[in-house]
Amino acid sequence: MYIAMNITKNIHEWLLAILPETAASIVEMTLIALVYLAFFAIAGLFLVLLERKVAAWFQLRLGPNRVGFHGLMQTIADALKLVSKELTVTIKADKFLYNLAPYFVIVTALMALSLFPFSKELQAFDINIGIFFLIAISSIGVIGILLAGWSSNNKFAMIGAMRSGVQTISYELSVGLSLMTMVLMTGSLQLSEIVEVQKHGWLIVQGHIPAIIAFMIYMIAGTAETNRAPFDLVEAESELGAGFHTEYSGMKFAYFFLAEFINMFIISAIATTVFFGGYLSPFGITESIPLLGVFWFLAKTLVLIFLMMWFRWTFPRLRIDQLLVLEWKYLLPLNLMNLVLMALIVLLKLTIKF
Amino acid sequence: MSYFSDIYHAIGSLLTGMSVTGKYFLHARKGAITQEYPDNRATLKMFDRFRGEVVMPHDENNQHRCTGCQKCELACPNGSIEIIWDRQIDPETGKKKKLIDQHIYHLGMCTMCGLCIEACPTDAIKWAQNFENSVYDRTYLTRVLNKPGSRVVSGLED
Repeated sequence: MYIAMNITKNIHEWLLAILPETAASIVEMTLIALVYLAFFAIAGLFLVLLERKVAAWFQLRLGPNRVGFHGLMQTIADALKLVSKELTVTIKADKFLYNLAPYFVIVTALMALSLFPFSKELQAFDINIGIFFLIAISSIGVIGILLAGWSSNNKFAMIGAMRSGVQTISYELSVGLSLMTMVLMTGSLQLSEIVEVQKHGWLIVQGHIPAIIAFMIYMIAGTAETNRAPFDLVEAESELGAGFHTEYSGMKFAYFFLAEFINMFIISAIATTVFFGGYLSPFGITESIPLLGVFWFLAKTLVLIFLMMWFRWTFPRLRIDQLLVLEWKYLLPLNLMNLVLMALIVLLKLTIKF
Repeated sequence: MSYFSDIYHAIGSLLTGMSVTGKYFLHARKGAITQEYPDNRATLKMFDRFRGEVVMPHDENNQHRCTGCQKCELACPNGSIEIIWDRQIDPETGKKKKLIDQHIYHLGMCTMCGLCIEACPTDAIKWAQNFENSVYDRTYLTRVLNKPGSRVVSGLED
């Protein structure tokens, strides 16, 4: 990332030359935020396209193939259509909360993105409580969903939002505990340090059995966190119409939609960073070229995203009682046992290191 | 200890499901069922069981196999088939015989149930595989199935 670093350094010096220090840093933050915003809006659009294509292939269909080369422009066209649509509001909706809800969802999704180390030097915000911050931020997103359901004044939206509340609060626990299991090995919550530890083998290899169990639990709970099938009770089409975003139209609907896909990216990116060595290449084959870190990070994340899509198009939706049984009777006790097991393995130095 | 065996079996069944869909995913390019219809209009061939409309096949001598027994007319639940018939002298035997004048089929009323085709004792009518049945005027939907000047194949009743 030397080239990019040089560019940012040049911009930094140029801004310092023409502005006072505080103003310069504010301008820099805004610039970085804009870059992230633009990049992930487009990334989200292409994730939607990927989802539709993958879904089609799983169901032996062709998928979108009309707009652009093999349908590559399909979601851009959809987004343009959504921008041009009217924003409707139901007459008895709580207008303030109704308008606020989509921003809660999208802002929390974008805030979480700033933490990931895409490469050794490409990280917007290297905070020392990284994982903790991620978990905290990702549970704020549910407030947006609850607000959307509550303020729409629609019973289906309300039921959907309440289900989302139950689901996210339950599965938050499993996500946190399975990440905690890995933190036992790294000894740090800071994402850049977690990646550095994995220079001696990815954590899923270092921690062998408990790490694999933790990864499975994390993927199940992470899928539930993003409200995707088989845990999509929130927007169960056959039961609730469109769930919490029934009453939303146009760009506000698009925010919810985009946030769902960015959340999927976030869950996969956390798994990449914590279990699969983040930007590190397998066996250090491209260690001399730090720029390729971005490639490895995105490649690993895409594989995990594909895994989540595979779940979605394979498994049937759970009932609400099955959902809670899975969390409280299976995932949580297993997770606690796994945590103890990992603690023993770290204590007895049974981890595998190259 | 059914708790742990439950978990084991659950993971096993999840993996079985994923392997099934995974196979579909890998074969999606070759096995796609979707037809890109208006583009492949010339080459698109419907499968054998498709029910497009009822037709009466004629052979090269302009002869069909309908004896005018009216079993199809009786079998049709909503009156889509009307047969106009007549007793005429059969030129081969010189005897009087029931011959059809017009076998009228109302495609607009047909529900494609296929009871007429099952009822036909001489296999005179069958399903066609054409799928573009829309017309601009509903009078086009009333069709005379036997071609003008056609006659029945001789010796069918024997």
